[in-house]
Amino acid sequence: MKTIFTRPDSMTEKVTHYCPGCTHGVAHRMVAEIIDEFGIKDRTLGFAPVGCSVLIYEYMDTDYQQAAHGRAPACATGAKRVRPELIVYTYQGDGDLASIGTAEIIHAANRGEKFTVVFINNAIYGMTGGQMAPTTMPGQRTTTSPMGRDVLSAGHPIRMSEMLSTLRTPAYVVRASLHTPYNIIQSKKALRQAFQYQMDNRCFSFVELLSTCPTNWGITPVGSNKWLEENMLPYYPLGVFKTPDDE
Amino acid sequence: MAKLLMKGAEAIGEAAIRAGCTAYFAYPITPQSEVAEYLSKRLAEVGGTFVQAESEVAAAQMVYGAAGAGVRVFTTSSSPGVSLMAETMSYMAGSELPAVFVNIMRAGPGLGGILPCQSDYNQATRGAGHGDYSFMIIAPSTVQELADWMIRAFPLSEKYRNPVMIVGDGLIAQMMEPVDFDAVKAEEMPDVEGWATTGAKNRPRNLINSLFLDPLKLEEFNHHLKEKYERMAREEVRYENYMMDDEPELVCVAYGTTARIVKTAIDVLRAEGLKIGLIRPITLLPFPKDILRAESEKPHVKGFAVVEMSNGQMLDDVKWATLERKPVSFFSRNGGIVPNPEETVEFLRKEYERTQK
Ligand SMILES: Cc1ncc(C[n+]2csc(CCOP(=O)(O)OP(=O)(O)O)c2C)c(N)n1
Ligand code: SF4
Repeated sequence: MKTIFTRPDSMTEKVTHYCPGCTHGVAHRMVAEIIDEFGIKDRTLGFAPVGCSVLIYEYMDTDYQQAAHGRAPACATGAKRVRPELIVYTYQGDGDLASIGTAEIIHAANRGEKFTVVFINNAIYGMTGGQMAPTTMPGQRTTTSPMGRDVLSAGHPIRMSEMLSTLRTPAYVVRASLHTPYNIIQSKKALRQAFQYQMDNRCFSFVELLSTCPTNWGITPVGSNKWLEENMLPYYPLGVFKTPDDE
Repeated sequence: MAKLLMKGAEAIGEAAIRAGCTAYFAYPITPQSEVAEYLSKRLAEVGGTFVQAESEVAAAQMVYGAAGAGVRVFTTSSSPGVSLMAETMSYMAGSELPAVFVNIMRAGPGLGGILPCQSDYNQATRGAGHGDYSFMIIAPSTVQELADWMIRAFPLSEKYRNPVMIVGDGLIAQMMEPVDFDAVKAEEMPDVEGWATTGAKNRPRNLINSLFLDPLKLEEFNHHLKEKYERMAREEVRYENYMMDDEPELVCVAYGTTARIVKTAIDVLRAEGLKIGLIRPITLLPFPKDILRAESEKPHVKGFAVVEMSNGQMLDDVKWATLERKPVSFFSRNGGIVPNPEETVEFLRKEYERTQK
């Protein structure tokens, strides 16, 4: 019998704690597949965020550090600078990266730190129970915006990829989505390219993945994919925003 | 080796290099920005790593990442910056990471002033961050001692896998004194393969983490931390006795720069025949509690006199250590004013006379 599908070698056997339909799992798996494909398991160092995916270190079978909320890009800077031979990445949610950790991500990108960032944008704070994130859509109801996000007081959702791509320092900045199989394949291509740039010691690489949080959105998993397509895609266009070849 | 005349801040940088430290992350703040200026050049010469971080929050987190990757690393700052490092300090103790922090204290609170102070004693010894953790806190009083303790601090932090903090006031960083960097021998860094995230080659993966979902495990971990701190208290207490051999009647307690001023004042009063001595804590944590408690039991000791550049922070520890068996008096200047020898002499003379009544 021929094996056509297995757990990636870079993942542990632990069962993830994610809610049904949550896209964290597929994002984890793609990162693990890429680590396997590049054969870099024994020199990869990941940084876990604070958020639903804090336990990513339980699921990935590589060296890992757990960072304080939003600080992963600073921690990763410290590690990558002293051990440039390691392949370093952070995995961060939108509360972690686009709110409390905004300074750390902007300055890591601006210094051109040669690590990879996997940014999960699910338009909400998952772990703490569905509060408004900087990425929450206008009018979107959350537990701290019960009448819907009011852009007059909360501002408009932050587009991190667009913002980071304005920096002069060379970088790879891309946004992809996890709401259909086609988009998942595109996401994996983006992730592979991001790790490739790091392995070539070219630049900082940043992959934003539009994601779902069925639990806190209060929508079924299938309905969440549709909600993402109808509400997030028009505001968060997919594509490559910057490559190190742009000059 | 010949002694070099060096500013305290630069001696911190040079001593770190002599200690085998290869990475430094910092954000500028007076009165110790010279450490970053010195190391930006010096670390490049020795192939080390320097990053000027975007904030003290980030600088400390860079230290976390690099310490987790198993290299000797440190950061320096001054009071307002150290407040911003509190988050990382708690995380580093919780993840059992070795590193060295330096706080060149300036006057607070808030933006305060840039002049010397000792008002971060509580911040240092009570732990600025959250949770049941402590750093080992060391307070040198000369530039030579500052350099010596920088060299010792790295292996100490590795012995306990817990950060060590050196505290000084602005004076010690800004003054120039002769330094011999060979006075203390640097020690090799112990093997880190068992815990550091250096890439899981031919070993199970390593994890740097302070999250415990199981409260029983977290309780157990806190007990483990407690045991480490108790061991520190047994093995690492350091202090200096000055004029303590002839049964002094008044025992001063002061640290850092203030202790130097107290020594000068004691010399003046000794010339007049007043029997005054000084116990100078070198480790503020672990505090030389037992030493002071033993002193408080001696019949010839009539009182204690604490001199500090704060509203009385170490004072509380002296009262606790001596159980206030004898009166504990207090003299301070604050806001960046360093007590001058004359006013210190006057204070000690008055206190000494009180002990004679
Ligand atoms: C300093 C600090 N502030 C707040 C929190 C509480 N907190 C934990 S996770 C989180 C938000 C997580 O949201 P996000 O980054 O979007 O990740 P998700 O859970 O959606 O994957 C917050 C506010 C914390 N752990 N630390
Ligand atoms: S709360 Fe949302 S982000 Fe968190 S695991 Fe559940 S679905 Fe995923």
